[in-house]
Amino acid sequence: MLQLFDFEKPIAELEQKITELQKFSTDKEIDLSQEVAILEKKVDFLKKEIYGSLEPWQKVQIARHSERPNFYDYVPLLFEDFIELKGDRLFADDRSIAGGIALFQGTPVTVVAQVKGKGTKENIKRNFGMPHPEGYRKALRLMDQAEKFGRPILTFIDTPGAACDLAAEERGQGEAIARCLLTMAGYHVPVISTVIGEGGSGGALALGVGNVVLILENSFYSVIAPESCASILWKDTTKAKEAAEALKFTAQDLLRLGVADEIILEPLGGAHKNLRQTAEEVSQVISKHLLRLRAETPEVLRENRYQKLRGIGVYQENSKKPLGFLEKDLTK
Amino acid sequence: MFKDIFKKTKYVTIQPAAQRSAPSDVSPQQPSLSKKDLPDSLWSKCPKCGEVLFNKDLEKNARVCTRCEYHFRISARSRLAILADENSFEEWDSELLPLDPLEFPGYEGKLLEALEKSGTTEGVLTGLAKIEGIPVVLAFNEANFMMGSMGSVVGEKIVRAIEQAINLRLPVVIFSTSGGARMQEGILSLYQMAKTSAALGKLADKHLLYISVLTDPTFGGVTASYASLGDILIAEPNALIGFTGPRVIMQTMRQELPKDAQTAEFNQEHGLIDLIVQRTQMRSVLARLLRCHQEGAQYAATV
Repeated sequence: MLQLFDFEKPIAELEQKITELQKFSTDKEIDLSQEVAILEKKVDFLKKEIYGSLEPWQKVQIARHSERPNFYDYVPLLFEDFIELKGDRLFADDRSIAGGIALFQGTPVTVVAQVKGKGTKENIKRNFGMPHPEGYRKALRLMDQAEKFGRPILTFIDTPGAACDLAAEERGQGEAIARCLLTMAGYHVPVISTVIGEGGSGGALALGVGNVVLILENSFYSVIAPESCASILWKDTTKAKEAAEALKFTAQDLLRLGVADEIILEPLGGAHKNLRQTAEEVSQVISKHLLRLRAETPEVLRENRYQKLRGIGVYQENSKKPLGFLEKDLTK
Repeated sequence: MFKDIFKKTKYVTIQPAAQRSAPSDVSPQQPSLSKKDLPDSLWSKCPKCGEVLFNKDLEKNARVCTRCEYHFRISARSRLAILADENSFEEWDSELLPLDPLEFPGYEGKLLEALEKSGTTEGVLTGLAKIEGIPVVLAFNEANFMMGSMGSVVGEKIVRAIEQAINLRLPVVIFSTSGGARMQEGILSLYQMAKTSAALGKLADKHLLYISVLTDPTFGGVTASYASLGDILIAEPNALIGFTGPRVIMQTMRQELPKDAQTAEFNQEHGLIDLIVQRTQMRSVLARLLRCHQEGAQYAATV
């Protein structure tokens, strides 16, 4: 059975009532279609109400849902002929990052993604979607080839964060991520980054230097996990809900802050409720942006990406008042 | 509430950078130590070997313990004083001030606290100076300001410094001391990593030198961006350098760390940095490296 969240329970209860009523109606041969129709309308209303006003923490739960589609779920629906390519040529093949060449609506593209596993066994194999340096170096190797052969790059972000163990430190986790950032920023091919699940900190950003950054409606993308933030702020990891609100990391926040360019809509209740419909949306939105980007010259692509990054940040300059950053609160 | 904070302070006016007094230096053992607590202290105790050192001697030795060579944490301006030719420094972008775009709980209070503690307005000091007569663009993280964490202002100042270096065709030296990306500015802080790295990519395209000096501590989003991207990576002895902090590794992985894990020496052993340089030697080593790249820069410009 699908993992069910507390906030979804009213919906599930009502849906169960409908099923019971239908069963009763068939068993006893009584026509209850009117009653069922009323309840179904009520469910629709409830779904729109509940899923239409999700709080940040509820979105975190959906983004981390055990059945949330991962990269491999999308592959057959987004691409024809995906050929996975492995290894960083330096140390190992990191299975928390997958990449390769594929045809996207007839166009050859390079695809790179973070992959969480489904179930404990696969998650151990994929280190819960937390890449080691060799993962980022594989990603970079594949993206460099895209630059070499003039293929657009599509990245898919879904990670709680980069691996945080001693092995990662020994092999230069910081350098591996930093090199991705520097190199991606300089590509002459279109780069589109899509957050499909969790966007966890620097480990996510390493694949996030796109001309365009897209984010699924119930995904989030944050500088720090809400649990860690709560632990720093209030010394209490159970206050993750409050931290989720403070961090302003929902798709809508990202759009407002100028990091995301467009939100990709999900079916009511989240991507896992209807993978096919979600993939269709993802495909359409990526396709639209890719078409636009492919019309640009290599130099323009590179410069526009730089200017997008250049414009991110909020600060003040030439404030006449000392302590200008207090101005806002003093006038409150 | 903010009015009260505002009243009791004695730092309402910010002096121009040049007149500002040197901020107190932080020692990891006494993080809350301010100048107020030790108004005219004559001595400091080395947190490593326990030796009692006269501050005068300590200053003379670039705040490195004369007995065990422990490197005390020092402010950005102290670094500048140790490193640059006298009166050669021209500060840039000091008028850039932080905002609180997420209205993050407690951020304004933290900024005020940092201001009082550091006497500076943000986590990085940038500008142009000379080292043994060689002009160079410099940036120093300020440990006293929210542990040099990178938010919008730090990212922007570093990028402007790099872009200016490109305009002037000068090398860049950045001293990092940072806990990483600044949580309180959320995703905006995260993208400063990409922004600074992208600017360094442009610098590299112009065949200009970038030397990154990692000092204690350098972690998180700063390690995973500009600090790791130097043509040459230098660290101070014993500096802790890494991506994930040691406490987090131990907590999340339930993994005991070897005693020297994430030290400069550990990083060098694993092939991650070029050189470990004592603070007292830093100026001359940098000058030698800069000199070696002067000819090259001219050659590259013609390629």
